[in-house]
Amino acid sequence: MRALLKRDFALAKSQGGGLGAALGFILSVIVLVPLALGPDQNLLQRIAPGIMWLALLLSVLLTADRMFQQDYEDGSLDIMVMAKIPFELVTFTKAIAHWLIVSLPLAVISPPLGLLLNIDIGQLPILWVAMIIGSLALSMLASIGGAVTAGLRRGGLLVSLLILPLYVPVLIFGIAAGTTNLGPNSSNSALLMLIALTIMSLVVAPWACAAALKAYLR
Amino acid sequence: MQQFANPARFLKLANAALPFLWSITATLFIVGLYGAVISSPADYQQGETVRIMYVHVPAASLALMIYVAMAVFSAIAIIFRHPLADAAAKAAAPIGAVYCFLALATGSLWGKPMWGTWWVWDARLTSMFVLMLLYLGYMAIWQSIEEPHRAASIARIVAIVGVINVPIVKFSVNWWNTLHQPASIIKMGGPAIAGSMLWPLLTMMAAFGFLFLGLHLVSMRSEIAARKLRQARLMEIGVSDGF
Repeated sequence: MRALLKRDFALAKSQGGGLGAALGFILSVIVLVPLALGPDQNLLQRIAPGIMWLALLLSVLLTADRMFQQDYEDGSLDIMVMAKIPFELVTFTKAIAHWLIVSLPLAVISPPLGLLLNIDIGQLPILWVAMIIGSLALSMLASIGGAVTAGLRRGGLLVSLLILPLYVPVLIFGIAAGTTNLGPNSSNSALLMLIALTIMSLVVAPWACAAALKAYLR
Repeated sequence: MQQFANPARFLKLANAALPFLWSITATLFIVGLYGAVISSPADYQQGETVRIMYVHVPAASLALMIYVAMAVFSAIAIIFRHPLADAAAKAAAPIGAVYCFLALATGSLWGKPMWGTWWVWDARLTSMFVLMLLYLGYMAIWQSIEEPHRAASIARIVAIVGVINVPIVKFSVNWWNTLHQPASIIKMGGPAIAGSMLWPLLTMMAAFGFLFLGLHLVSMRSEIAARKLRQARLMEIGVSDGF
């Protein structure tokens, strides 16, 4: 498992692009929103958390279809499926690697960019926490999409159609968590729901990915 | 169950059952529509628009049930590896999608006079819309993967993963207080709906259910025929296929 993580990191480093391009994507979304909606500071402040979530979600989605495709095409997956460790663990590791390489850095870096949208500073910490937790769920769900379309020539659009419905709950509870304040005594039920969703995705995604990839590898 | 899983026996049974199914469906629709349009009273608040309910509610609940059925078929296909279960799941999807669309469309028509808007982003409407997307995604998988074995195994997973959404749709109106009214038929303390409206509604629900069964059998029959055709073509060029 550690070897697999190392390998994915090395691949990501040598190819580059993944994180940088995604970050550029988030930036360009943030730039385009005020251009599209007008530079009204109050309006921007109200919608800033939503835009940040949307940007994160879309940029994770953009990287989803390549998650397993390369390994499928060059045959690495065939070797991994024959390895001694359960294949579910392999897909789990791949998804974790995706989280560490793409989603987590994005979730860490992007909330401060909300300042460009006049985001409420008081909301920033909770948004940060919610995005970091939610990004794990996003990566896990994205891995399902990536696995299901691994053998397809043009899987990108299909990934969006399949995964966006699954992203809806994450988005809803992520936003809801961001609107309540983080305090020592506040009970943030939306944040708890988000955590529950994340844990559930950790359970479901590796199984679904492994089953889907096995169908391609057979 | 197992003995009906043989395609030939299934076809025989389906052919025998279909005339009955159609006549039951037609009778239920005639009785249900009579109850819905003529005999049942107009609502004291909503007036005549309440009659939309007799299409809207059955379509919506059937859309949910069909998705569950699709996931159950997919689970059966995973567990018992029987291709007929895949055919059943595949055949159910378009019918479910149409019911789902019907529920959304009639709901929209009902919402305009009642709520003053065609669409609101309320929990139930949104989750129903998501259900529609799930149906479309499932059908897109069958469309975009050419090799049927592979398409089947991928589609199973998509159906089962998507079933997580069903309880969210079902209980969204209870969990979140929204514009859409909560369930009024099945709840603690009996239905909160007058008997003169309840029986046409239940009849229409049964009618929609039997309509689904009939359409589903026809669709499965043509799916089996399509597979036979494919197999015959493959035999012709000398390739054997698993079915």
